[in-house]
Amino acid sequence: MTDGAAETRITDLLRSWREPVLDRWVELAFDAVGGRVTERELRTELSELYELVERAFGDDGAAMGELRATLAELSRGRARNGFSPSETAVGVFALKQALYERIRTTRDQRAYNDLIDFTSFVDELGLATFETYAATREQVIADQSEQLLELSTPVVKLWDGILGVPLVGTLDSARTQVVMETLLEALVDTGSRFAVIDITGVAAVDTEVAQHLMKTVMAARLMGTQCVISGIRPQIAQTIVTLGIEFGDIATKATLADALKYALDRSGVRVTGGPED
Amino acid sequence: MTAPPGDEVPIASNDDVVRVRQLVRTAAAAAGLSLVDQTKLVTAASELARNTYAHGGGGTMRVERATGEEGRPGVRIVFADAGPGIADVEQALSEGWSSGTGLGLGLSGARRLSDEFDLRSEAGKGTTVTVAKWAR
Repeated sequence: MTDGAAETRITDLLRSWREPVLDRWVELAFDAVGGRVTERELRTELSELYELVERAFGDDGAAMGELRATLAELSRGRARNGFSPSETAVGVFALKQALYERIRTTRDQRAYNDLIDFTSFVDELGLATFETYAATREQVIADQSEQLLELSTPVVKLWDGILGVPLVGTLDSARTQVVMETLLEALVDTGSRFAVIDITGVAAVDTEVAQHLMKTVMAARLMGTQCVISGIRPQIAQTIVTLGIEFGDIATKATLADALKYALDRSGVRVTGGPED
Repeated sequence: MTAPPGDEVPIASNDDVVRVRQLVRTAAAAAGLSLVDQTKLVTAASELARNTYAHGGGGTMRVERATGEEGRPGVRIVFADAGPGIADVEQALSEGWSSGTGLGLGLSGARRLSDEFDLRSEAGKGTTVTVAKWAR
């Protein structure tokens, strides 16, 4: 589609109008990002880009690779710093407007025609920017869910020698691994002989969840700790029975309070002064 | 990310299994199933979705409102994959038999948890499992 002459012409214009077009580009891009970067920073970034665009559009293959890398770096930074997609993309697209405005003042018909090629070139760059931006955001989300995984599996001390593991949400393999590691480590650190795994916050117990729970209990048992599973609500109990899952000799209780009482009794602690029951 | 009833959702990762559970729970509650029946259907869906992902190499799920005998409202769910299929359906449905390292209760359990269960499988072509649960 593009003939060499057209490219050269735009490249010439880009070179000779470097100052005014870059100024206008910085101005437009600065408006778009709303003062979250200083104009000076933006000018540094964009003048680097400008030079690369100039060379890349002039069929310089090495410059094209460098341009893509620089753009990717720029949009990764934008994504990580919470800029919106349009704020990020406008930074690139504004170059079109800057150059177009300049050409309009000259009424140069040939330059107008050549601008079309340049426009699709910039559009392509803008899209590449966008893709990097989206990929980076996805990475940020993946990182966050991993952090959430760690955060959402606390092991708390309920009593001397009794640990509590409140589980909330869904229990998949990755989560179970974290729970198991955290629990086993806490067992070593505290020397607890009892652990209460509370599943009140687990919406559904299917065979995978049950299997993960049993593995955790078995691992703790190997370390000399007895586990009690609590928080088994009526609908969960009925479902487990229908599914045909057997928890064997693992102690289970309806509520966390029952489980705590069980563990206290077993460890020889007598609770007095409470309401009679 | 919630799909309207009747739409197909992909099952291509463990996260999709979680989404399947949420969609089924919403549909079951909307159809007026009791809390116990909701939980049973969600659990059955969870087993089947995981089978679709783990054994079928991924596939789709479609959840829809349906009407059972005597006009009882309910939910029907169809899981489909284009995986290797089940060579011996009888064996797969028997309790305690597992092709992997699971408990071997998933498929047979899902059948017991639902009111209607239909499994069609062709070796090399894939598997389609349909389950339904009606309000009492």
